[in-house]
Amino acid sequence: MDNIAGKKSGLSIVTNLSVLVLVVLWLIPTIGLLVSSFRDRDQISETGWWLALFPVEQAVRITPEMGDVTQEGDLYVVSGNVFGADGSGSVAAFGITSRDPGAAEAGQTYGRLKLEVLDEEGEPDTENYETAWPVDGTPEIPETDEDGRAVQSYTIDRALTMQPNGDYVWRQASEPRRAPALYVVSTQPPDFGLQNYETILTSNNMDQAFINTLTVTIPATVIPILIAAFAAYALAWMDFPGRGWLVAIVVGLLVVPLQLALVPMLTLHNEIGIGQSFLGIWLAHTGFGLPLAVYILRNYMVGLPRDIIESAKVDGATDFQVFTRIVLPLSFPALASFAIFQFLWTWNDLLVAKVFLPSNSESWVMTVKIADDLLGSRGGDWGILAAAAFVSIAVPLLVFFAMQKYLVRGLLAGSVK
Amino acid sequence: MSPIVQGILTIIIGVGGCIGYFYASNILLDRVIFPPKTDDQGRNIRRATMVRPWLFLLPAILALGLYLVYPVVGSFLRSLYNRSGNEFVGFGNYVQMFAEHGFRVALFNNFLWVVFVPAGATFFGLLVAQLTDRLKWGNIAKSLIFMPMAISFVGASLIWKFVYAADPDIGIINAIRDYFGAAPVDPMQIPFWNNFFIMFIMVWMQTGFAMVILSAALRGIPEETIEAAIIDGANPFQIFFRIKVPQIAGTIVVVWTTITFLTLKVFDIVYTMTGGNFDTEILPSYMMDYMFRDDGRATAVAFVIMVIVTPVMIWNIRQARREL
Repeated sequence: MDNIAGKKSGLSIVTNLSVLVLVVLWLIPTIGLLVSSFRDRDQISETGWWLALFPVEQAVRITPEMGDVTQEGDLYVVSGNVFGADGSGSVAAFGITSRDPGAAEAGQTYGRLKLEVLDEEGEPDTENYETAWPVDGTPEIPETDEDGRAVQSYTIDRALTMQPNGDYVWRQASEPRRAPALYVVSTQPPDFGLQNYETILTSNNMDQAFINTLTVTIPATVIPILIAAFAAYALAWMDFPGRGWLVAIVVGLLVVPLQLALVPMLTLHNEIGIGQSFLGIWLAHTGFGLPLAVYILRNYMVGLPRDIIESAKVDGATDFQVFTRIVLPLSFPALASFAIFQFLWTWNDLLVAKVFLPSNSESWVMTVKIADDLLGSRGGDWGILAAAAFVSIAVPLLVFFAMQKYLVRGLLAGSVK
Repeated sequence: MSPIVQGILTIIIGVGGCIGYFYASNILLDRVIFPPKTDDQGRNIRRATMVRPWLFLLPAILALGLYLVYPVVGSFLRSLYNRSGNEFVGFGNYVQMFAEHGFRVALFNNFLWVVFVPAGATFFGLLVAQLTDRLKWGNIAKSLIFMPMAISFVGASLIWKFVYAADPDIGIINAIRDYFGAAPVDPMQIPFWNNFFIMFIMVWMQTGFAMVILSAALRGIPEETIEAAIIDGANPFQIFFRIKVPQIAGTIVVVWTTITFLTLKVFDIVYTMTGGNFDTEILPSYMMDYMFRDDGRATAVAFVIMVIVTPVMIWNIRQARREL
């Protein structure tokens, strides 16, 4: 078609660009999650993932080693470097409380003063006042405080001087018993690593959930294939009254909402003693997966060449032999595509797992674990959430990219004939 | 017994049992019940041929009957009883439900979902299918847009929670708003429109499905029709809308209805994104609110969903009958 007149190169550029835009739009959300899952938890909340490659200005609380305490006038003085004796880094801002960790710029002094004030009746009072001032200067004191009371004098309660290289001097009115807590906003290099994955896999039962998902998925994929293959063969190649109606019923069952089955089947499971268990969910997934399995496999088997099957029968092969020796091997592509469907469906399922599996944490599959546990208890911990999500979608993505050919073929077999 | 061992045993018993059943039942049929003996050989072979299909079908029919046919009746009957199932209340559950504001919100939202999700996914799917049709890197592009299909609804919701996060240092939408000086918003709490933000997650996931099928349909269009249109001087848009779309209309309908059915099943996205708060409930998530608490109400909601899909189901069955 490329050689047909009327094809404009301008249109081609527009096409390329719009596809590129769509692909980028479609990928951005997933990339965001992937990048976030490798970032340091504190850095995630400081800058967006799109800035992940740039250094992050991050507030940290540092409790330096308690060095020698000297006295300077009324004040006790501790000094050192926040990055340690041989550490290095650069301080952008600092503070003395977690409330405002970046209260002052590096190269200044920041402190808490005690103001002596006189109120309207002339009664003396003291109050706290925080401010920053130049290293060589003195703090500027307002003439009146917020309530309009006149400020008489001040004393320094505590003060911190910080240089951009991390050298600090801490002054305090009372004798320090333990090291002061310093708050430093410093520029940290991007911090990527597997910490989130480590946390989620070692301390959160996610490993158990992963195994549970696998345990649910594999039998729930294998068993329906076998049952469906025999049924599909009967519907495709055996002649019996009512065959047409059975196929129609299977087509009808394709769209029966899963929700209908939840209450009656759970009640039935409880009555016959299966209850909420792995056996129950395998049976349920088998039942729910069958219509699609029979439909895809029958459509494929009907298309197999008639001569092969008939000549085998003429040679005396029974239906059972024709099925196992000829039809089953030839139907591999259809079997594979249904297997992928069922695998993805059962792996990703939340509804059936919530209803048919016990609700204790040892039996949680990953989807339940994320939706019911992590989102609640770790709602704001984006690094952990991202890592958990990626643990749960890694296997389906691998299967997807490895077996895409069969998946597409199965989709087409199920939808267009 | 650990679930892994149990799982391996189940595979062995399940697979072995299936094979054993099919093998043994066939042998039983041929050797014991209707042995092709000399005196009534023809009759017995004919009888065996009549019975055999049902041997092949039996496990499937049992499973389908139990897990999909019986529940239609079972759910309906259960919906006629009260919460604990010991008192017949007729259509009481339905009457109560329709009188409730929450249910009507869910019904209305579900209507929005059924209209906009298939429309959105089919639109984007058709767009990508057409644009990538003659592109050199079209297959890579399609593969990437198809990818969300492999992700669970829960995983996808988490991915989009990042996008929609109200904190401009987490959510890219609020970061863009922040860049232009607008105050951060939580898209999940904007009345009415929050439904559309949640729906877009579903569109994002289903576009790949629509694209794959429509792309195959576009490839199947006879070249002559397009060549003829080009010779007659049609521009690319006319070719697309007047020549291509009408020829794949049947496939578009199939894609549309398939996504519609899926939309009626999916409770995970609403459940994960908002838990049904801020008036975002849809019928499947509304049903899960009552599951385990009021089975009468839960089955009533399920049956309403069933009633909604029934017309299309009948249409599907008639199509299938016609093709046989």
